Amino acid sequence: MFTLVPSAIAARTVRWRLPLVFVLMLAAVAVFAPFIAPFSPADLPDNYDVVKNFPPSAAHPFGTDGYGRDVLSRVIYGSRISLTLAFAAVSLALLLGTCYGAVAGLLGGAVDRWLMRFLDVALSIPRLLLLLAVTAFWGALPLSALIILLGTTGWFDVARLVRGEVQALVRRDFILAAQATGVPRARLLGRHLVPHLVPLLVVSATLNVAGTIALEAGLSYLGLGVQPPIASWGNIIKEGAGVMEAQWWLAFFPGLAMVTAVLACNALGDALRDLFAMDQVHA
Amino acid sequence: MRGIVARLTSRALQSVLVIFAAASLAFLMLHLAPGDPISGIADASSVPRELRAQWDAQQGYDQPIAVQYTRWIADVARGRLGQSTSHQRPAIDVLGDRLPHTLLLMSLALGASVLLGAAIGAWQGARAGRRPDRAVTTASLLLYSIPEFWFALALLYVFAYRVHILPATGMFDAAMYDSMTPWQQIIDRARHLVLPWLSLTVMGTAVFARYQRATMSDVMREPFVRTARAKGLSEAAVRRQAWRAAILPIVTLAGLSFPALLTGAVFVERVFAWPGMGSALLDAIDKRDYHLVSACVIIGSAMTALGSLLADIVRAFVDPRLRVS
Repeated sequence: MFTLVPSAIAARTVRWRLPLVFVLMLAAVAVFAPFIAPFSPADLPDNYDVVKNFPPSAAHPFGTDGYGRDVLSRVIYGSRISLTLAFAAVSLALLLGTCYGAVAGLLGGAVDRWLMRFLDVALSIPRLLLLLAVTAFWGALPLSALIILLGTTGWFDVARLVRGEVQALVRRDFILAAQATGVPRARLLGRHLVPHLVPLLVVSATLNVAGTIALEAGLSYLGLGVQPPIASWGNIIKEGAGVMEAQWWLAFFPGLAMVTAVLACNALGDALRDLFAMDQVHA
Repeated sequence: MRGIVARLTSRALQSVLVIFAAASLAFLMLHLAPGDPISGIADASSVPRELRAQWDAQQGYDQPIAVQYTRWIADVARGRLGQSTSHQRPAIDVLGDRLPHTLLLMSLALGASVLLGAAIGAWQGARAGRRPDRAVTTASLLLYSIPEFWFALALLYVFAYRVHILPATGMFDAAMYDSMTPWQQIIDRARHLVLPWLSLTVMGTAVFARYQRATMSDVMREPFVRTARAKGLSEAAVRRQAWRAAILPIVTLAGLSFPALLTGAVFVERVFAWPGMGSALLDAIDKRDYHLVSACVIIGSAMTALGSLLADIVRAFVDPRLRVS
């Protein structure tokens, strides 16, 4: 069994590099979209009747859609929306979950029990059904509302993880030592506690970004997420799903982009979890 | 034994609390939403004021909010979830027709995912870190990262549009079904079930395999496994012992997987026009059928609560450690 150890360590230190490269590449595509995209994502070309529904070719590697727009350009611009939305929603969820989990973990006792009971209940209401209900009652939501909605329904598992980690941390010797030497409470939190939460939050964030990209795409596929004319991977797939039999490329390429992003984030999250030995985090 | 009873009682109360919370949430949304169930049927401005007042009185909308809330909770407790405006019948009856179709899909997918996932994961966990394990881990990570709706679209494209060996939509062949023999009818239903079932099962299998691999490889490092090896048991017998300890968390995970399964079912039902609860919900959203939407949220939450309660009950019976402590 001992021979396994060095190779396991080697595997641990290398595995996060490839997914990280992919994540950074996708982020670069999103940031530099105007310089990379060969065509406009939204404007109809003048001769749109002639160039519509082209299969993939050298000029349009991902083909064109029913309005003659270049699918590659739409997928590139769509990455901006899909990635920004996931990143913003997960940031909000991390903020809410960390505050809630830290309060529960630090106060303990009856407060902790009630906060945890509330979490159990909140986790039992299926998130997708809740999101669908909100869109049913209030209609299609603008991007900012979608971010807030995904953020405020996505922090429950973060809160539970943070609470567990805080509970474990406050019993550690360095925290007791800091308390014993009279470190002020604010400094105790900021300098001693929060930095130790960073690995957990990074792993949880990476896995949550993967899930949120998929969720947003799913909502947009149902026509209840990002609304046209803004292109997101999900709503391009929605357009393509109806005409899949004749124009497969319209649903295929945005889906491929989406799977690449989800896979890269999941692989990075898995690798970082192993690296930091955070076995408690599950996707 | 008393510990188990106390624990299960607390879990059962928790389920009631979940349904109460979902019902309250539904009430909140029904009241905060712009418009009301009536504006879903008729253009509000064209309705005479007296008729409107009569409707409000009939539905109880003229009562104070606290009275309406109490009445709503009491109604939900009795299984009354309001009137579906698009179907013109109680929402609970609509779901009563649709839910069995979703449950059929979910139970077949869950059963297959647990069995396949546990087998694959246990196989991997017993040889964790070696090449075959790493290859399967990569494959399951890939499958796990393909959102169900897109995977379902891909299956639809390949098997229904390109090679034409399986039907694209519905639960049975609407045109031919009545003229088939009973045996043909069973075959027809099975053929319609394949693609939706596969869409849900592939993702589920990857989830359970990932989890089972982790628990199995942990158990393989436990002292009792070393003891079993040391006393000269064959590797197969050692793995069998380890697996019996590693399978228990899967029971819990199966119970907790209801929300994910339900989510998958909503997408899969849309892709394959499967007439279940997910399709009913999406139709209700299109038609602004508020009570049917809120009924779906309540029933979905109840199913989730029931799933984790069921897992707890099963664990209480199969895990001897819970009986002692």
